[in-house]
Amino acid sequence: MAGEKNVGLVLLDFWVSPFGQRCRIALAEKGLPYEYVEENIMAVKSDRLLRSNPVYKHIPVLLHDGRTITESLIILQHLDQVFPDTRPLLPADPYERAHARFWADYVDKKVYGSGSKMYTEPQMQTNIEMVDILKTLERELGEKEFFGGEHGFGFVDVALIPFTAWFESFDRYSFKKKSFDRYWGVKVAEVAPKLVSWAARCQERESVSNSLYSPEKVYDFAGMMRKDFGIE
Amino acid sequence: MSESPVKLIGCFGSPFVHRAEVALRLKGVPYELVEEDLSNKSDLLLKHNPVHQKVPVLLHGDLPAICESLVIVEYVDEVFDGPPLLPSKPLARAAARFWASFVDKQFRESWIAMFSADGEAQVASARETKANLTLIEGQLPEGKRFFGGDSVGYLDIVLGGIAHWMEMFEEITGVPLLAEEEHPALCRWAREYTADEIVRQCLPDRDRLLAALTPKRDTFVSIAKAMATQ
Repeated sequence: MAGEKNVGLVLLDFWVSPFGQRCRIALAEKGLPYEYVEENIMAVKSDRLLRSNPVYKHIPVLLHDGRTITESLIILQHLDQVFPDTRPLLPADPYERAHARFWADYVDKKVYGSGSKMYTEPQMQTNIEMVDILKTLERELGEKEFFGGEHGFGFVDVALIPFTAWFESFDRYSFKKKSFDRYWGVKVAEVAPKLVSWAARCQERESVSNSLYSPEKVYDFAGMMRKDFGIE
Repeated sequence: MSESPVKLIGCFGSPFVHRAEVALRLKGVPYELVEEDLSNKSDLLLKHNPVHQKVPVLLHGDLPAICESLVIVEYVDEVFDGPPLLPSKPLARAAARFWASFVDKQFRESWIAMFSADGEAQVASARETKANLTLIEGQLPEGKRFFGGDSVGYLDIVLGGIAHWMEMFEEITGVPLLAEEEHPALCRWAREYTADEIVRQCLPDRDRLLAALTPKRDTFVSIAKAMATQ
């Protein structure tokens, strides 16, 4: 990256991690150069990762001049604070900031919480929950172009967009299991059409398209995880 | 905007509501507290927090409601004058947020598990809880009374519920939740925190809390035993 000022940023990450992707998108939105380090967390974790995140031992980890910042939403806020001349992810108004933090927290608690059950729970309940979550997000998005509203593509958009590659997995995995003679599928396009359009709009941004992987790749990864957990 | 009236929807004894109250009081912000009965949620609560239907909920003037205790604390810090709650330096701020998140995720899981488990499982959860508390204790700055330094700060507020719990626990079981020898700094912190002038104003009424918790005495005794197991 000739001509770019080195701002001392290193990102320890794992390709398919939606949390890592949040950081990649944020850094790209801000035009910040950084060194990307792929940590193979499915194998043995590196010393550097274990040293920089001793509590959770997971990625993403941002190293800024050697100092560590962990947890994706915390990393995003840190970037806003230390690089104030770059495009901010959070709006300036305190109420709008609180609103954004609430919804990013919702994504963490609910989208990730329910989605990760896909590895361990094949039954119907996961789908019911996910439909409810998608409908809630659909309502919150409303007629806005992005969750950031007047601020534009922002904190909540970055928090949520990486999970959309998993929508395809929700769709396909939901179809595979039939329970109690009923057939449950989470067709995201039917349940939350505005969300689908929103996701497409986000994908038009270079920061997003360069950071995300195709739903096919994610689907394959999810399949592998389900095998590991003994579900397939 | 900061002069607009503040209403806080809460419920008795909630450590999450406590966070919001302490934050407001530290900033010197007057507020009206509306106490909810969570077994019979009011229209007010359901209207303002349809997503989670939980307390605390902050209503500031005509603004839409702000929910989730940590979101409320950060909002209060940003909007009102008074001593800063979060550290201002970026790395310290990131660290404070990290530990708050740790309290609400990893620590909370092990804590809750102690209440629903018994026997070996309970002992295992107790062990995890103690390990988590040791990690938290490590964040106390050397020679300082609070996580925030010389005065109550963000992490103190986040942990506030634990401090009060520690007192109540000993009262009910006759045994301290944490052994002084194992967690000397955290025990000392709990005493400092609950004695703080401002914090004291919004700790739940002692007698009322005792009355509410005494029926669960057996559970607490079981937890005390699990915590004491090496």
